[in-house]
Amino acid sequence: MKSVLIVSLCLLFCYSCSVRAVEEPPRMPERTLTEVHSGLFYQSADTQALQNDNFANPGLLWVDRGLTLWSDDSAPGVPSCAECHGNISQMRGVATRYPTFAAEKNRLLNLTQQIQECRVTRQHHDPLPYESEILLALTTAVVHQSKGLPFDVTLDKQTYPYWVAGKNYFYERRGQMNLACNHCHEHYAGRMLRGDRLSQGHGNGYPAYRLQWQGVGSLHRRLRFCNQGIRAEPFDYGAAEYVSLELFLAWRATDLVVETPAVRR
Amino acid sequence: MTNARIAIPSPIKSGDVIEIKTLITHPMETGLRYDSMGQVIPRNIITQFECRCGPDLVFKALLNRGIAANPYLSFFFEVVSNCTLEFTWQGDKNFYLREVREIRIDR
Repeated sequence: MKSVLIVSLCLLFCYSCSVRAVEEPPRMPERTLTEVHSGLFYQSADTQALQNDNFANPGLLWVDRGLTLWSDDSAPGVPSCAECHGNISQMRGVATRYPTFAAEKNRLLNLTQQIQECRVTRQHHDPLPYESEILLALTTAVVHQSKGLPFDVTLDKQTYPYWVAGKNYFYERRGQMNLACNHCHEHYAGRMLRGDRLSQGHGNGYPAYRLQWQGVGSLHRRLRFCNQGIRAEPFDYGAAEYVSLELFLAWRATDLVVETPAVRR
Repeated sequence: MTNARIAIPSPIKSGDVIEIKTLITHPMETGLRYDSMGQVIPRNIITQFECRCGPDLVFKALLNRGIAANPYLSFFFEVVSNCTLEFTWQGDKNFYLREVREIRIDR
């Protein structure tokens, strides 16, 4: 309790002098969760069984699509993903390091945005909408390669300001309901919210198959859905605010492993 | 973009009863929902699934609305000889997908 008070006082102090700790070297801050559970932990036995089924997990349909797209060389003069990157299995571990700072773009990019970059600059495709089937399938297939690996995002001088922004977002009240992420996902994780059990809000299963969507959706879709739930204006897909939050969430889920494609209610 | 997953166990001995599992991407739109403009979203479902071993019918299913998206079907099949299994899904809007798998009896 005391430490919470001190932290909130520090935060207040930071705000009051409008200084954001952007230039400071990263200190490893304390994690607020004492026990970390994946979203899978809060699902019903049926949903858990569906996710763990190596055939019937419907998210694998998107993985299959992604694998086809990975080696698709049907367009003349356009190298396939496989031509530069080799077999997709060599992407193992890559997804755990995203979001990452892209020096050439001078901003934080998540994996979907990196794939978009690659498609536009190297394959000369037109940019696709963030939540398009192709980007979703490719992202799912690439993240799936890291299944079972823990998150490993880098917190350094360049990514730290984004981490701070993501953290501020997580603990900031918003929307008509005036709720912050932590209210549901830290204070009340495990409790019921209408018919659903609140999770700790980790992104380790995304892109995930949500039974409600009857399809695979990105983490940003999930975040937009959360925002709508508390009657806040959602940001666009791929918004910088969400990518920063994604970095914070990846850091926050450091003890968890990638589950993509997860099945969620 | 439509794709299907088909699982056939292996190895197979003659006389084995094997479980064949299929999964396919499809929205299975019921035709009972309305869009934001108040218009009925037309029905778009898979209406029929068939699995044939040459000319012989192995399994057939007539699907109706009310089945969730990306339908999963599994059935059992007694293997007596090597054969080519042909899977077809048909549905609204001239939906058609065909997949072929070889069944080999291992000695």
